[in-house]
Amino acid sequence: MDSPLRLIATNPLDQLARTLEALLVVASAPLSVEELAEAADDHPERVEAALGLVRERYTEGRSGIVLEHVAGGWAFRSSRDAAEACARLFEKPAQRNLSQAALETLAIVAYLGPCSRPDIARIRGVAADSAVANLQERGLIAEAGRDDAAGGAIRYRTTPLFERIFGLESLSALPRLDDVGADAEQIRERLHEVAEKRTA
Amino acid sequence: MIVRELELDLDAFEGPFDLLLTLILKDELDLRELDVAGIVLAFLERLAERESLDLEACGEFLVLISALLELKARGLFPEEAAELAELEPEAAAEELARRLAEYRRMKDAAAWLRERLESEGGRFFRLGPAPLAAKVEVPLAPQDPERLAQVIRLLAVEPPQVSLAHMALRFPPVTQFLERFRAVLRRRSRFDFDQEVGQLSRVEQAVAFLALLDLRRTGEITIEQSAPFAPIRISRGGQESTDRDERTGEWTVRSA
Repeated sequence: MDSPLRLIATNPLDQLARTLEALLVVASAPLSVEELAEAADDHPERVEAALGLVRERYTEGRSGIVLEHVAGGWAFRSSRDAAEACARLFEKPAQRNLSQAALETLAIVAYLGPCSRPDIARIRGVAADSAVANLQERGLIAEAGRDDAAGGAIRYRTTPLFERIFGLESLSALPRLDDVGADAEQIRERLHEVAEKRTA
Repeated sequence: MIVRELELDLDAFEGPFDLLLTLILKDELDLRELDVAGIVLAFLERLAERESLDLEACGEFLVLISALLELKARGLFPEEAAELAELEPEAAAEELARRLAEYRRMKDAAAWLRERLESEGGRFFRLGPAPLAAKVEVPLAPQDPERLAQVIRLLAVEPPQVSLAHMALRFPPVTQFLERFRAVLRRRSRFDFDQEVGQLSRVEQAVAFLALLDLRRTGEITIEQSAPFAPIRISRGGQESTDRDERTGEWTVRSA
């Protein structure tokens, strides 16, 4: 008979936490603290504190639903224990069978975006048209204005869906790419050899 | 088979090949957005429909498509060719090495993404449009009161007076001119319309002309004008006027 006792000891944020749970369960995209605060009609600081309570309740190993900070907001996802069952019921069309070309293009857009198809083609050395169209269709990248130059090509950036699928809080959560030191030096030497031969 | 009439159905363009070329040459279509392979496919499909190989069409197509490809390549790498051509072999090697290093880094990034995709494979979450999301109204950006007042003042200016002069126009009755023209024709066998109404106002001239048409309809007069804007000459109706009377009578009854 501990429920009456718990009622007495109710955390003052409990009501707000329940409201946040409700908002998060009806949302189909991550909600920022500001959005939650506006919908709950409460202060952002209190919302953050209440989110702490909700997060405690919905963690791996404790619940089939997990609250996570992803793509600049808060969202529920399935727990890893339930992944197999979920996989039997749902497809993952956005990330299934991503080709090497698509992944490289995605990496370029994620790290250097917004960037245009010519930008991508310049780095990869081949036309990026089909890879870009493919990623766009999957909803992993989206148009983001045009190049400033005359006849500016369309520029692309990654979408919040990309961050969600890859479990990133934001693009700044991408790992820093160390400059490839030794490799680059080796390439440079070989190229200089070729250059010397041609001038001779 | 005429290459220029080849019908295309591409993402960026739909229509005959000829029009596509025209649009590209006029810079109305961005070649970079164009799927050249799609054009080649359309051509090959058309070619396959035929039993014999049309060498002339193939040749023409090759010339056109290779020109398109060259244009597109230049569009994709605008400064590239000039940049690299001007570089000394050493500098070119340096530039190439820089690019290869950049590509290498992106390959590493792609490898990281693939690993991440595998390690995060167990993530399932709800996707879809927000359920009846109430759109938050965006408040107006802060405005300078002085500018707002300026705009309001522009709106508060009294609009210009609209002329109502045309509403006071008085149209004399057509019958007045019918009588007048009949009187003239009793005295003379013919007269000049412009001379007869030259002194009148525009409205009166218009009514006079209506009267004229009415007289013509009943066959009382014949109207001649040698050329547009030439003087209109009016003479008494000919002998066939009775015949015409009957016909117009019939017409009037029917149209009534």
